[in-house]
Amino acid sequence: MLAESSSLSVHELACARGDRLLFKGMNFTLKSGELLLVQGGNGQGKTSLLRLLTGLARAEDGEVCWCGQPIAKQREIYHGEMIYLGHANGVKDDLDPLENLRFSAGLQGRSFDPDRAAATLQRLGLSRCLDLPCRVLSFGQRRRVALAALLLAGASLWILDEPLTGLDVHAVALMEGLIRDHLNAGGMVVATTHQALNLEGVAVQRLLVGNVAIPELS
Amino acid sequence: MHRFLLAVLRRDLTLAARRRGDWLIAQFFFVMVASLFPLGVGPEPAMLVRIGPGVLWVAATLASLLSLARLFADDHHDGSLEHMVLSPEPTVLLVLGKSLAHWLIYGIPLLLVAPVLGVQFNLSWEAIRVLEISLLLGTPILSLLGGVGAALTLGLRGGGVLLTLLILPLYVPALIFGAGAVDGVMAGTGAEAQLSLLGAFLVLSLMIAPWIAAAALRVSLE
Repeated sequence: MLAESSSLSVHELACARGDRLLFKGMNFTLKSGELLLVQGGNGQGKTSLLRLLTGLARAEDGEVCWCGQPIAKQREIYHGEMIYLGHANGVKDDLDPLENLRFSAGLQGRSFDPDRAAATLQRLGLSRCLDLPCRVLSFGQRRRVALAALLLAGASLWILDEPLTGLDVHAVALMEGLIRDHLNAGGMVVATTHQALNLEGVAVQRLLVGNVAIPELS
Repeated sequence: MHRFLLAVLRRDLTLAARRRGDWLIAQFFFVMVASLFPLGVGPEPAMLVRIGPGVLWVAATLASLLSLARLFADDHHDGSLEHMVLSPEPTVLLVLGKSLAHWLIYGIPLLLVAPVLGVQFNLSWEAIRVLEISLLLGTPILSLLGGVGAALTLGLRGGGVLLTLLILPLYVPALIFGAGAVDGVMAGTGAEAQLSLLGAFLVLSLMIAPWIAAAALRVSLE
């Protein structure tokens, strides 16, 4: 399960897209039970930072460490502990929600428990769409399917890029609860969002990416 | 490890079963291209026998190319490719699984249609038998090498055309040995040499192509 001692740390990280340097000299350490809220205006490098943290992109300089070791040296272990939800949901339109969850379990090398998956979909308010192909679901509903996959993955580090896009008020409240539960269970979350999150009783670190100051979110 | 490979395979086969249209288009394309040649060059049986093996092999390579552009593109578009690359399992296995699925979906049906087209070109049964063996050995090469091209051109505008230009030269050895095997058996010199070379080329592709494609995929996703 979730190791108490796990940590994600970043040392002197620099990121460039083409010739343009997005940020450099970034340092932070995230420990179990903590949330890192990445903030910054559009185009300041939030998504680029998250992709560096997942290992999808390579840093211009510096390194990302998981439990003190660079992630490049322990890719399998790190990717077993981490799950990433990007702008795209990773949900196949031709499959129904349960099938989507079954295949994402298989691809992550986990066993699949249909009852648990159905219960998770129900918890996310998708009980009426279980046998519909995701093609006919709305944007927000597809986002919920992706969130169900996130919950079932059982990863200790969640990296979420704008997780609240397309979600209604109920789903946002649900998401806040899920993040809180995950952190209380010793998990870690790195998230970008432009929306205000109600996260009382949670250890939040804020990280400003880029040099454009934005008003403080409550 | 093999569970991951099976998961990739099952996923791609299920998705293909849901979109049978794409699958049918590739088969029709194969039949159409092969059928245009008799109309173009005239119906003399001697001429058709002469060009038959080459035409069928070229048609098979083109039909395989047609579907390759979407080998990774669909998954890239909806974000599931990133999820698969971020799986704890090696990316090489992902690429191998997807190439294998591509072969099962688009390669095997070519084998089933080819004898009918062979009859259309007036090939002897012996020649058709060798054509089948050469396609059996050759179509996996098309899928494996095609995976490299599909990974390299992922996310590029006009990637489909670029893919064709990149990959067709790599198909040349398979084409030469494949069509050459059928020519050999018709000329009475035997097909063993060409089929052995084709087999060797398959083993080589199997060992090298997934690694290159996996590396290309990581670069394309960056």
